Amino acid sequence: MAMDETKTRYTIPVGPIHPALKEPIRLDLEVDGEEIVDVDVIVGQVHRGMEWLGMNRNNPIQNIYLSERVCGICNICHPFAYIMAVEQAAGISPPERAEYIRVIVAEMERIHSHLLWAGVAAHEIGFDTVFYLVWRVREEIMDLMEYVTGNRVTKAMFQIGGVRRDITEEQFPRIRQSLDYYKSIFNQLKTVFLDDWTIRMRTRNVGILKTEDALKLLTVGPTARASGVPKDVRQDQPYSGYADLDVKAITPDMLTGTVVGDVYDRIIVRLLEVKQSIEIIEQCLNEMPPGPILAEGKIAKLLNALTKAEGEGVGRAEAPRGEVIHYVRLEAGRETLSNWKIRAPTYVNLMAVPTMLKGGQIADVPIAFASIDPCMSCTNRAIVVDLKANKKSLLTGEELHKLSVQKTRNLKRDESNR
Amino acid sequence: MKILSPQAIVDSFKTALGDSLVDSRIYEREVAVKRNLFRTIWIHVEREAFRKAVEHIGTLQEYPHLAIISSADLGDTVELIYHFTIYYGRHLQELSLALRVTLAKNDLRIPTITDIIPGALFTERETQEMMGVEVIGIPDKRRLFLPDDFPEGVYPWRTDETGPQDLLRVLPGREPKYGNG
Repeated sequence: MAMDETKTRYTIPVGPIHPALKEPIRLDLEVDGEEIVDVDVIVGQVHRGMEWLGMNRNNPIQNIYLSERVCGICNICHPFAYIMAVEQAAGISPPERAEYIRVIVAEMERIHSHLLWAGVAAHEIGFDTVFYLVWRVREEIMDLMEYVTGNRVTKAMFQIGGVRRDITEEQFPRIRQSLDYYKSIFNQLKTVFLDDWTIRMRTRNVGILKTEDALKLLTVGPTARASGVPKDVRQDQPYSGYADLDVKAITPDMLTGTVVGDVYDRIIVRLLEVKQSIEIIEQCLNEMPPGPILAEGKIAKLLNALTKAEGEGVGRAEAPRGEVIHYVRLEAGRETLSNWKIRAPTYVNLMAVPTMLKGGQIADVPIAFASIDPCMSCTNRAIVVDLKANKKSLLTGEELHKLSVQKTRNLKRDESNR
Repeated sequence: MKILSPQAIVDSFKTALGDSLVDSRIYEREVAVKRNLFRTIWIHVEREAFRKAVEHIGTLQEYPHLAIISSADLGDTVELIYHFTIYYGRHLQELSLALRVTLAKNDLRIPTITDIIPGALFTERETQEMMGVEVIGIPDKRRLFLPDDFPEGVYPWRTDETGPQDLLRVLPGREPKYGNG
């Protein structure tokens, strides 16, 4: 094929492994100079066929622990949605106290996930002092989760028809202590993220997703809310204990009065959601109803009931990244699930990535892509294909990260020279 | 936009689709202390009326949200469920709407809805590669999750002879655990 001599467009595949992101994915960027003109997203590098296991190998109770391992960070939301779908299919009602405990652990997860993201985002733009600060602050919620559930990461709190561990009155003071700690440092975090000119410079008007695009591309979670779509399952179709609480979807105009839909707006949304989560946990502690925590304590009996049950159900939960939805169908006499479909929030949010990156610069890719808080692994190296010379050069993740850091430094220098 | 009750929505489907509406069901459950309702509508339509049904959802809600397409191999038929949500953005008002279509195994084709909902592309690509349902008019025919060297004509979600039995890795001395059990 004859090459056009004046061709200035090149394709840069970023990924499938990259340190800016936590799991593998490939982005094929078509660039014209520094400007990105087209993006293709290629997924599937970590497809593990979990739904297949749930339909062929595991019984419904074993599936709770499998669904916890869909994602290391969303290990509350996935079992949450899953058990709600099974409860709906089998007609089991969990006790009220369990519903509140579920909400408390889900909100703890949101705090830890948003703080984790804030650290990663700071690292992406080369602001590592903030990264260290935020992750140190995050330790408090990790310790609290260990105190409440017995584990820092995979908490194994959920059971079909309730929860596996109670939160007792004696534990309340320790929980309140952590919440008070976050309340005391919240304004400091807000200043660091929203008033700092380095962060503002690198995130304002970067990776813009307009309201209409967010709606058309079915975006969910903080990514949608930052684009001005007040969509939040906890508000719209409240499940579990959320049905008692008046959760309001957070959009950036609550703070700034306008919706831009850029990375900065996504920071605002996540930051305000940390505060909202603290308030939700406090409300749950104050209003927690007494009573049992499990509808059926004997596992064998529960399993027997689930094998006999026939029906289908949809469980929806608001994960830190957006809506998680599980569809479950039970067939009488079958030990495994008859059908199981999982939809994680990144599945739909990824479709918005091309729109976000188009028109941006290569150095903005790490922060813009990280701003949807993707739950896929990240890009470790990128191959730069020079079409004219038909030469391939390897851009390692470190180099791409360096490009991003360099941009921050350049912007800072330009600013101070002015 | 007027917010209809679940029953009114089912009635509006009856008027819009007529005999093509096979079945409908409203599921309601009370949750937590305040006993607020969690509501889901299940609509089953003929394939011929599927596009019309999606367009009808578009009249209930501008930009309906399609969460996912779930599919099940039921032996002679393949069942697709399009999980929509409508009336989002309002406290306690949102409804889950599951639109069910049954396809005969010898004619696994469904029209695309990406012209109505552009974001449906990923899940249509997934249904196409995993279940072997041909999506007519899909703008991007490539695979989504399966690698390029995955054999043609094998569909991981099928339970018949086109399923992934031959691709299973089985430990020595063990029987493959597959199907019911």
